[in-house]
Amino acid sequence: MRKILIAATAVMLTAGASMFGASAAEKLKVGFIYLGPVGDFGWTYQHDLARQALVKEFGDKIETTYLENVSEGPDAERSIEQLVRAGNKLIFTTSFGYMDPTLKVAKKYPNVHFEHATGFKRDKNMSIYNGRFYEGRYIQGVIAGKMSKSGVLGYIGSFPIPEVVMGINATILGAQTVNPNIKVKIIWANTWFDPGKEADAAKALLDQGADVIMQHTDSPAAMQIASERGKLAFGQDSEMIKFGPNTQLTSIMDNWAPYYIDRVKAELDGKWTSEDTWGGLKSKMVVMAPYTNMPDDVKKLAMDTEAAIIDGKLLPFKCPVVGQDGKEVECKGGTHLDDGQVLGMNFYVKGIDDKIPGK
Amino acid sequence: MQLVLEKRAERSNTIALVSPLIAIGLTLVTMSILFAILGKNPVSALAAYFIAPLTDSYSLQEIAVKATPLVMIAIGLSLCYLANAWNIGAEGQFLIGAVAGSWLAVKTQGTGAGPWVLPVMLLLGAAAGALYALIPALCKVKFGASEILTSLMLVYVADLFLDYLVRGPWRDPAGFNFPTTAEFDPVATVPILIEGGRLHLGAIIALVVVAAGAVLLGKTIKGFEIRVVGAAPRAARFGGFNSNQLVLLTFAISGALAGMAGIIEVAGPVGHLQPGISPGYGFTAIIVAFLGRLNPVGILIAGLFLALTFIGGEQAQIAMKIPLDVTKVFQGILLFYVLACDSLILYRFRLIFASRQVA
Repeated sequence: MRKILIAATAVMLTAGASMFGASAAEKLKVGFIYLGPVGDFGWTYQHDLARQALVKEFGDKIETTYLENVSEGPDAERSIEQLVRAGNKLIFTTSFGYMDPTLKVAKKYPNVHFEHATGFKRDKNMSIYNGRFYEGRYIQGVIAGKMSKSGVLGYIGSFPIPEVVMGINATILGAQTVNPNIKVKIIWANTWFDPGKEADAAKALLDQGADVIMQHTDSPAAMQIASERGKLAFGQDSEMIKFGPNTQLTSIMDNWAPYYIDRVKAELDGKWTSEDTWGGLKSKMVVMAPYTNMPDDVKKLAMDTEAAIIDGKLLPFKCPVVGQDGKEVECKGGTHLDDGQVLGMNFYVKGIDDKIPGK
Repeated sequence: MQLVLEKRAERSNTIALVSPLIAIGLTLVTMSILFAILGKNPVSALAAYFIAPLTDSYSLQEIAVKATPLVMIAIGLSLCYLANAWNIGAEGQFLIGAVAGSWLAVKTQGTGAGPWVLPVMLLLGAAAGALYALIPALCKVKFGASEILTSLMLVYVADLFLDYLVRGPWRDPAGFNFPTTAEFDPVATVPILIEGGRLHLGAIIALVVVAAGAVLLGKTIKGFEIRVVGAAPRAARFGGFNSNQLVLLTFAISGALAGMAGIIEVAGPVGHLQPGISPGYGFTAIIVAFLGRLNPVGILIAGLFLALTFIGGEQAQIAMKIPLDVTKVFQGILLFYVLACDSLILYRFRLIFASRQVA
C-alpha cells in the first residue's frame, strides 16, 4: 500500500512538473520512432534527414527527439508512449509495423497528434502518409528494360506485402514498354535490412543470368555485388552512387522533408488535422537520383517518363492491367487502378513468371 | 611483483553476496567515464537510467510488463541448466506457444465464444511449448544428439512456421495482405490490471511461477534430484536418480513456461499474432537465468533489473539524447562485470613479490 502511495505521489509530481514545463517553455516537441539505427543511408536515414530539415527550418521553435532501433513488436507501444509522456505533441512513427501500437496510443492521448508512415489505419488524431514509390519503380523498369542485354532483371524483395508487390509490377510494366519479352527473377530476402542476405541474393540473381539488379531492401550490398561483377543496379531510399560509381543507374530517394515541414507548420499554427497523404514524384515526396551510367537516349527516355508521370499524362497502373492469368483486372479508377486496388495489390501482372509466396 | 588469481579453498559466501554490488559499482564508474567522454553529465545520465523509471507508476508497470516473459522463461531454463540439460531454444518454444494459443483465438474470432477462451489458450500455449521442447530432449535421450544444437535449430523452424501462418491461412482478411492476424476478441485477451496502463495478468502468473519454482527446488525431492543430477552426476547415478527422465521433465517444464509466456505476450501487449512478436526474449532469458544465479528469486530480481535497463535506456535516449548503442554498451559492461566478479567467489587475487620468488 505504501509503495502504491509513493508511486501515486510520484506520478502526480511528475505530471505536475511536465504540465508546468510545457507552459514554461513554448517549444513544440516533435518525436520520431525509427525502425533502424540512423546510419548514413537507407529508410531511417531519410527520415532523420527530414528531422534535421525541421530543425533547420523552425530553429528553436521546436525540439525534436527520436528513438532508434525500435522493434515492430510489443516494445513499440511503450516507446511511442514514452515520447508522449516526455511531452511530445506531434509524433512521427516511421514504419508500417507501428500502425496498431500508434493507434492504441493515439486513442489513449486524444490531444497528441500522430503521423504514421505507410499504414492504412487512421483516427481523429492520427494521420497516415506514404510515398508513391511505384512511380519511381516504373521509371527504373523503363531504364532496366533498355539497359539489360540478357533481358533478365534481378529483383530482391523484402516481404511479399502489397507495397513490394506493387513495386515489382510497376517495374515490369515499365520494362515491357521498351522490351515486351523482359523477364524478372525474384528472390525474397524476408528482411528489410541484412547486407549478408542481400549480397547472397544478388549473387544468386546474377548467376541466373540477370544483369540489372534492383531491390526493395535497404542496404547497398546488392549494388556492391553488381559493381564487382561489372553489372548494373539501382539504389534504394537514398543516393547510393558512392557504393557503385560505375554501377548505379538511379535511385528512388525518399524525401520526407517537405511533408514534415508542412505538418509541423500546421501544428504550430493550430491547424493540424488528420489526413491521408500519398505523395509521389509530383509533390517531391519521391525523388529520382541523377540518371547515370547510361547512354543519352536512355537518359532522355527516363527523364521524359519522369516528366510524364509528374504531369499526370502517364499512370503506371493505367488500364488495362492484365494479371498473370491473362485476365484484365477490374478497372475501379476509370482510366487506371484506383488507390485501394494499388494499396492492396496481391497479384502479379502478366509477364512475371513466378508466384507470390504464401498465396 | 606479480598479481595472480588463485583458487580459494572453499567458495566465499561474503563475496557471493557482495559481488553483484561490486559489479554494479564498477559499471557505474565505467559508464560515468563514458558519459563524460560523450559530453553528458554522468550523474543525470545515470539518474535517467536507474532512478527516473522507478519514480512513476507508468514506468514501473512497463518494467513489470517487460520482465514478465523474461522471468517466466528464465525460471524454466534455470531448471534445465541446474539439471545439466542445455535448452537454448526457449525462443522457439515461446513462438510455438504463441502460435498454438493464437489458433484458438483465430478460430473463435467473432463467434461470441465465452470467457473460457483465454484459459484454454494459455493451456494450449503451455502444452505446445512443452511438446516442442520434448523434441530435442527426446533426441538427446534416445540418440544422444546435442540438445544445444537441436533446440537452437528448432527456433528457426518455429519462426518460419509462424511467418507462414500469418502470411497465409491466418492472415487478417481486412488487413491489406499485411502479415498479421486480426486483433483478438476481448475474451481472447489477457486482462489489464490497472486501468489505463499495460500491466496485465501475466505479471501475476510470472510471480506464481517464481514461487512454484522456489518450492520445487527448495522443498521437493524432484527439485533435489534436479540439483544433484546437475552438480554431481555420478552421485546421482549411485542414488538411483534417472537422469534421462529429468532431462525430459526439465525440458518439458521449461518449454511449457516459454510457451505460456509466448501466448501471454501475444494475447496481452501485442493483441494479435504477427512476425517479430519476440525481440529475442528466449535468448535474453538465458542471460537472466545466469544473472539470477539459477535461483528463482535471483531470476525475479535479474529480470526486473534487465527490464529497468531497457526502460531506462529509452528514457535516457529521450531525456539526454544518449544513443541507443550506449545502452547496449551499458548492458554489455554490466554483464561482463557481473560474471567477472563472480569468479572472485571461487578465486582470489594475490600479490606475489618478486623477491620471494628468487629461488
